[in-house]
Amino acid sequence: MAETQNVYEIPIGPIHPALKEPIRFTFQVEGERIRGVDIRAGFAHRGIEFMAMKRNLIQTLYLSERICGICSISHPITITLAVERAAGIEVPPRAQYLRVIYSELERIHSHLLWAGVAAHELGFDTLLHLTWKVREQVLDLLEELSGNRIDYALPIYGGVRRDVSPEQTPKVEAMVRYYRGLLDELLDAFLRDPSVEARTRDVGILTSEEADSLCAVGPTARASGLSKDVRQDRPYLVYGELGVKAITPRDYGLEPRGDVYDKAVVRLLEVAQSLDLIETCLYEMPEGEITSFPKVPALLAYLKKVEGEGLGWHEAPRGEVIHYIRLEAGVEEPIVWKVKAPTYSNLMSWVPMFRDQEVADIPIIAASIDPCMCCMDRVHVVRDGSPATVLKEDLLRLSRAKTERMVGGSRLSASGPRSTAHGRRTTDNGQRTPDHGGGL
Amino acid sequence: MILKTLFSQLFTKPATNRFPAKYMPKSVLGFLGRVQAGKATLVPPVPVPPRFRGKIAYRREKCIGCQLCIRVCPAKVIEFLPEAKKIRMHVARCTFCAQCVDACPVDALAESPDFLLSDTDRSSPALTVE
Ligand code: SF4
Ligand code: SF4
Repeated sequence: MAETQNVYEIPIGPIHPALKEPIRFTFQVEGERIRGVDIRAGFAHRGIEFMAMKRNLIQTLYLSERICGICSISHPITITLAVERAAGIEVPPRAQYLRVIYSELERIHSHLLWAGVAAHELGFDTLLHLTWKVREQVLDLLEELSGNRIDYALPIYGGVRRDVSPEQTPKVEAMVRYYRGLLDELLDAFLRDPSVEARTRDVGILTSEEADSLCAVGPTARASGLSKDVRQDRPYLVYGELGVKAITPRDYGLEPRGDVYDKAVVRLLEVAQSLDLIETCLYEMPEGEITSFPKVPALLAYLKKVEGEGLGWHEAPRGEVIHYIRLEAGVEEPIVWKVKAPTYSNLMSWVPMFRDQEVADIPIIAASIDPCMCCMDRVHVVRDGSPATVLKEDLLRLSRAKTERMVGGSRLSASGPRSTAHGRRTTDNGQRTPDHGGGL
Repeated sequence: MILKTLFSQLFTKPATNRFPAKYMPKSVLGFLGRVQAGKATLVPPVPVPPRFRGKIAYRREKCIGCQLCIRVCPAKVIEFLPEAKKIRMHVARCTFCAQCVDACPVDALAESPDFLLSDTDRSSPALTVE
C-alpha cells in the first residue's frame, strides 16, 4: 500500500558512463530494487536507409557495412542476400563457404568482445584485458584475410571479394587450434569463477515464455532455452549442409534459467561452435570461382536492370538481422531499403530482465543482451499528426533558429556563414571538393 | 588458472606493441622531431599483412579518366579533373574499402601499406592523391 510512496525515478542515459551507446532508461526504484523501467531509444539515429536512396547499390553495400562496427560482415552479407534474391544472382559454392567462414570469424570476435565488456561491467577488469588480449588473434586473422581489422569489405553481390589462399589456410587452422586450446581457460575464467557466478547467476532473468512472447533473438533467446537460430531454422548459404544446431545452456549440461550467466554460457559455447564450422568449411570448401561478377561495370549494369524485391536474413552474433530491398529497373539506387538489426528485437526483453533487480546490476543486465543502439535506432517525426522527412539541412536550420532564439537573435543572423559551417571549400580550379557538404 | 596467467604475465613481454616509443613522450611531435634528427629511435608499428588495404596508390599516367572509381566510391573521395581527365583523391574521407581498385579497368589504383595518415589538415599534400 505504502509502496508507491517509496518509489523513486532514476534516469540513466542517454549519455552515461555505464552505457556504451546512447539510450535512456528511466528506472522506478524502491530502495535498491528496480520496480520498473521505461526505455527510450532514438538518440543515435543516422538515417542510413535514407542515405542509401541516393547511392547506387555498390555504394550502399559499404554503407551497410557501417551500420555496425562489429557486424561489418553480417550486414553486408544480409544485404547481398537480399539483392541476390531480388536479382536472381547465383553465388558460386566456394563464395558461400567463404561467407560462412568470414561470418563465423566475426561471431568469434564479437562474442569475445562481449565477454570482455561483461567482465568490465562486473568490475573484473583483469578478465576484460585477458579476453581482449586473446581476441587479437582473430582480429589479426581477419586483417590477414580481408586487409583490415574492422570493416572487412569482403562480401559483394554475387560472391566475395577475397579468397582464402593456400598460404593463408595454415593461419586459419592455427587460429582454430589457438582458441580450442584456450577455450577451457575461458570457460574456467567465466563460468567456474565464484565471483563471476555470484554476480551473474539469477541476475537479469528472462524466462523462456517471456523470450518467446517478446520475440527475443540470438543468444538472448537461446540463453532462455529457446532453440532459435536462423542458421538452423531458415538455412541460407551453406548453413543447411553444415547442420548448425542452436546452442542453449543444455549443451553445457545446465537447465536454462535465462540469466546473465546463461548468456555467457551460450556465447562462449558458440565460439567453440564457430571454430568447428570454420574448420569444416575449410576442408569441405570446393575449388572454383569466388564471384559470379568478376567485373564491376558488368555488375553495376546488371543491377541497374533489376526490378523486384528481396529479403535477406542472417544470424548475426547478436541474433537475427533482416534486410529488405526493393529495386526498380533503370534506377541504380534502391527504392526501399529496410534494416532490422537484432537489438531491435531484443530491446523489450530488458523490461522483464530488470524487474526486481538491484541498481548495482544495471550495467551488466543492460550489457547482457549485447545491445547495439545505433544499429537499430528509429526516429519518427510526427508533425500535425502527419509523418514528415527531416533532412540534415532542415535540422541545421532548426538548430540555428533555436540558437538564435536563445541568444535573442542579436549576434547570429539566418544569413550567417552557412557554407563555412559545413566546411565547404573550393579547390584551385574552382571546383567544390566532393566531400564537404555533400553529406547525404 | 587465471591467477597463473596473471603471475606469468609479470615476467613476460606485454602483449601490446609500444609504438611509437617505449614510454609516452612528453610531446609526441617533439619526439618525432628527435627521431628525424636521429636523436631518438622509433619503436616500429606492428607490420601489416601482405594485402593490407591502406592509402590508395594512384598511377596517374595509367589513368584513362573513365570515372568508374568515382561511381563506386561510397565515400565520395574522388574528384574528377575534367581538363586533365584525371582524378584527385581526398584521402581524409577514404574508408579504405578498395572498391575503386577493383573497379579500375586499367589498374591505375592499388592498395598500399601506408596507414600512418593522421594529420591536422585534411587537405594536406599527404592526404591528397593526384
Ligand atoms: S578505397 Fe573505397 S572509399 Fe577509398 S577511394 Fe577507393 S572506393 Fe573510395
Ligand atoms: S577507374 Fe581507374 S582509369 Fe578510371 S578514372 Fe578511376 S583511376 Fe582513372
